[in-house]
Amino acid sequence: MKILVAVKRVIDYNVQIRVKEDGTGVVTDNVKMSTNPPDDNAVEEAVKIKESGKAKEIVAVTVGEDKAQETVRKALAVGADRGIHVKVEGIIEPLAVSKVLQKIVDKEKPDLVFMGKQAIDDDCNQTGQMLAALLNWPQATFASKIEVKDKSLEVTREVDEGLETIEVNIPAIVTCDLRLNEPRYASLPNIMKAKKKPIEQINASDLGVDTKKRIEQIKVEEPPKRKAGIKVANVEELVQKLKNEAKVI
Amino acid sequence: MSNREVMEYDVVIVGGGPSGLSTAIKLKQLKSDLNVCLLEKASEIGAHILSGNVFETRALDELLPNWKELNSPIKTKVSKEKFLFLGKKNSLSWPTWLLPKVQHNKNNYIISLANLCRWLAEQAESLGVEIFPGFPASEILYNDDGSVKGIATQDMGLDKEGNKKDSFESGMELHAKVTVLAEGCRGHLGKQLIKKFELDKGKNPQQYGIGFKEIWEINEKNHEEGLVMHTAGWPLDSKTYGGSFLYHAENKQIFLGYVIGLDYQNPHLSPFDEFQRFKTHPAIKKIIEGGKRISYGARALIEGGLQSLPKMFMPGALLVGCDAGTLNMPKIKGSHTAMKSGMIAAETIFEHLEQQKDLSVYEEKFNKSWVYKELHAARNVKPSFSWGLILGILFTGIDQILFRGKLPFTLKHKHADHETLKLAKDMPKIEYPKPDNVITFDKTSSVYLTGTNHTDNQPVHLKLKNPDLPISFTLDKFDEPAQRYCPVGVYEVQTENNVKKFVINSQNCIHCKTCDIKEPSQNINWVTPEGGGGPKYGNM
Repeated sequence: MKILVAVKRVIDYNVQIRVKEDGTGVVTDNVKMSTNPPDDNAVEEAVKIKESGKAKEIVAVTVGEDKAQETVRKALAVGADRGIHVKVEGIIEPLAVSKVLQKIVDKEKPDLVFMGKQAIDDDCNQTGQMLAALLNWPQATFASKIEVKDKSLEVTREVDEGLETIEVNIPAIVTCDLRLNEPRYASLPNIMKAKKKPIEQINASDLGVDTKKRIEQIKVEEPPKRKAGIKVANVEELVQKLKNEAKVI
Repeated sequence: MSNREVMEYDVVIVGGGPSGLSTAIKLKQLKSDLNVCLLEKASEIGAHILSGNVFETRALDELLPNWKELNSPIKTKVSKEKFLFLGKKNSLSWPTWLLPKVQHNKNNYIISLANLCRWLAEQAESLGVEIFPGFPASEILYNDDGSVKGIATQDMGLDKEGNKKDSFESGMELHAKVTVLAEGCRGHLGKQLIKKFELDKGKNPQQYGIGFKEIWEINEKNHEEGLVMHTAGWPLDSKTYGGSFLYHAENKQIFLGYVIGLDYQNPHLSPFDEFQRFKTHPAIKKIIEGGKRISYGARALIEGGLQSLPKMFMPGALLVGCDAGTLNMPKIKGSHTAMKSGMIAAETIFEHLEQQKDLSVYEEKFNKSWVYKELHAARNVKPSFSWGLILGILFTGIDQILFRGKLPFTLKHKHADHETLKLAKDMPKIEYPKPDNVITFDKTSSVYLTGTNHTDNQPVHLKLKNPDLPISFTLDKFDEPAQRYCPVGVYEVQTENNVKKFVINSQNCIHCKTCDIKEPSQNINWVTPEGGGGPKYGNM
C-alpha cells in the first residue's frame, strides 16, 4: 500500500498573528513558520501504518512557495520516503490545491491520501473533501482513530455529537484530527538522513492546473478587543445584570 | 546512557548567535572540508536572540568583506544621536560631543540581531555548516583524560516525572575534536565548564544586567529613521545602574528597551515595572503615544568586562562571545566583539587541527586583538557606577574622555550579583503604577507577545536545589524577589489554605537566565527544556 500525505506550511501556532496595517493580510516576514499541526498527525499516522507493515511507501507532498519544502523535509525526517513539492507563488486556494493533488494522485496512484482536517491559517477545511469529490473516492474526515483492514479502513470521526465510526473502502481520503496520535520528534540522525532523501519539484502550471484566485479577499482585520469583565458580588446581582443590562434572560 | 547514538565532527558549536555563527563561517573559510555542526535550542535561528541593536560592522567587515552585496539585513544607518538625563518630569539633553568617544555611533547601523543571525546562518549553511535548530545541548561529555569530548543533546518526550512518553526520542552524543560554547550570557554548559576548569580563578565575579526590549510601530510624525537615543536617570535611583535605548528602525518601527544592572540592592525592585514606568516619562510617552507595541522580550546580558572575563580555553573546548563575556559595556555593544571572539576561536581551532598548536593560543590571539584593546579601555566604567550615578558619570568622563581608558589602575567588581540584595525589611517598598494597556502593560499580556511555549508534560527546566528554600528562607528575608526579577512572571508565591506555596510556571520561561543569576542563594538552576521550546522572537 502506498500513502500520499499532504502537508502545508503555516505560521507557527505559538506566534501571535499580526494583521498588516493596510488590511491586505497578515505579517509573515521573519515570522516562525511550521507544518500545519494536524498535518503532523497525518504524517505520523502514515508512518505508524508503514511501521506496522501495512504500507510500503509514504510520499509527502506540499503545494506552495520554495520554503514550503521545509514541511516536506520534516515529513521525510519522521519517516516519509520521498517528497514532492508543487511550486506556486503567493496564496493558493483550497480548490486549486485539490486540483493539484488530484494530478499528483493520478501520477502516484496511492491507495490512501492523508492530510490534516484543516489548516490553522485559513481554517477552510475544504481540501480533503474537494479532493474526494474530484477523485470520486470515499472520504473520512476528522479522523481520531484509523484501523486498516483488508480493503477498507475503519475510521472513528470526531463529530459534534461525539464519536462516529465509519468504514470506507480503499482508495480513500482521510483528514486527520489532532487527537489521532502524538506526532514523534524528528531525531538528529533522521534529520540528517532526510537531507539526502529526494524531493521532486514540479511547477503547478506544468500540471495544467489553473491556480488563479476565485475568491476576492476584501479586508483582513483584527477581531474587536474584548472588553474587560466585571466582578459581581453575588448571584442576585448577576441575574439582575443579565436581565437588565445584557438583556439575555 | 551509553546506548545513545554517536556522531563525530571536527567541531561542534553550541549556540546560533553572532559568536557561534562567526566561528562556523570562519572555520569553513579557513578549511572548507572541516566537518562543522552547530546546534541551536530555539525552533529556528534567531528565535531566542534579543538585542538592541546598534551594530558596529568592524568584525563583519573582516569576516565577510562583501556583506553589502549579500543582501544582508543591515540597512538603517545611524543618522542622529541623542542622550537624555531624565528627571521625574523633565529631561536634560546632554550634548553628544560631551559623550565618551566609545558611545558615538557614526557609521553604525540599527539592526535586528535576530535577522542578522538568520542571515549569518544562511551564509554558514552555504559554506557547508550543518545547522540544527531545535536541539539544545544539555550535557557535556568528557574523555578519560578529563578533556571535553563533546556534548549530548536533550532527550525529547519525557513527562513531568521524567518517564518516557510514546514520543520519546533519546538525545544523541556529538563528539568533536574541539567543542565551542557559544550559548550567550550565562550559558548553562558554559557555567559548568567555568566551574569545573576554574576558568574564573583570579577574576572578579561576573556582572550581569537584565535587558528588556519592545518593538513599537509608531506614528509617522514621531518617527525619525536612523535616530539613536539613550537615557539615564529616572525611574531608577542613583544607586541602581541602568538606562534605556530607543532606536528608530525602518518601517516606522522603534526598538525601545531598558537595561538594569543585576547588582541592584532593593529586593522590592521590579525591573519589568521599572521599564514599564519609564515609558510614562513625557519625553518617551510623546514618541510612542498613538503607536502600537508589537513585540516584547527580555534577556540577561554580561556587564563584567575584562576584570570578569574567564579564561576562554580548556582541554578540548573554547568559550566564545558572552558565554565568556566579551560585551563592551560603555559602548553598549557586544555583537561585534562576540563575532570577533568567534573568528579568533576559529583561527585557533584551525591551527590546533592543522599544526597541533595548543588551544591556549586562543588567549594570546585574543589579547593581541582589537577586542582586548576595546575591553581594556572600557574596564573601569561599570565598576565606577558602584559609587552612584553622579560619581560614576564624573569618573567615566575623566577616564573615557581625558584618559581614553588608559588610567593606570583597574577598578574591581566586588560582589557577585546574587550577593547584593539587602534584606526586604530594611529597604523601601516600591509602588508601581497599574498598567494602562496602552503605554504600559502587565507581564501576562507581554509574555503573550513573545510566542513562548514549552510542550506540556515535560520535566520542569527550572530546578530548585532546595525546594523548600523559597518559602522557608527567601520569602522571609527578601520577599522572594523571583516574583519580581523574572520578566514574564514564571515565579509566583500563592497562598492555599493559609499555606504559602512557591509556583514555577516554567512554560512561560523566555530563557533570559535572570533567575539563575540573581537568586540570592543560587538556588535556581536553569537547564535546557525540550528543543524548540521558549520564545519565538521575530525580528528582535
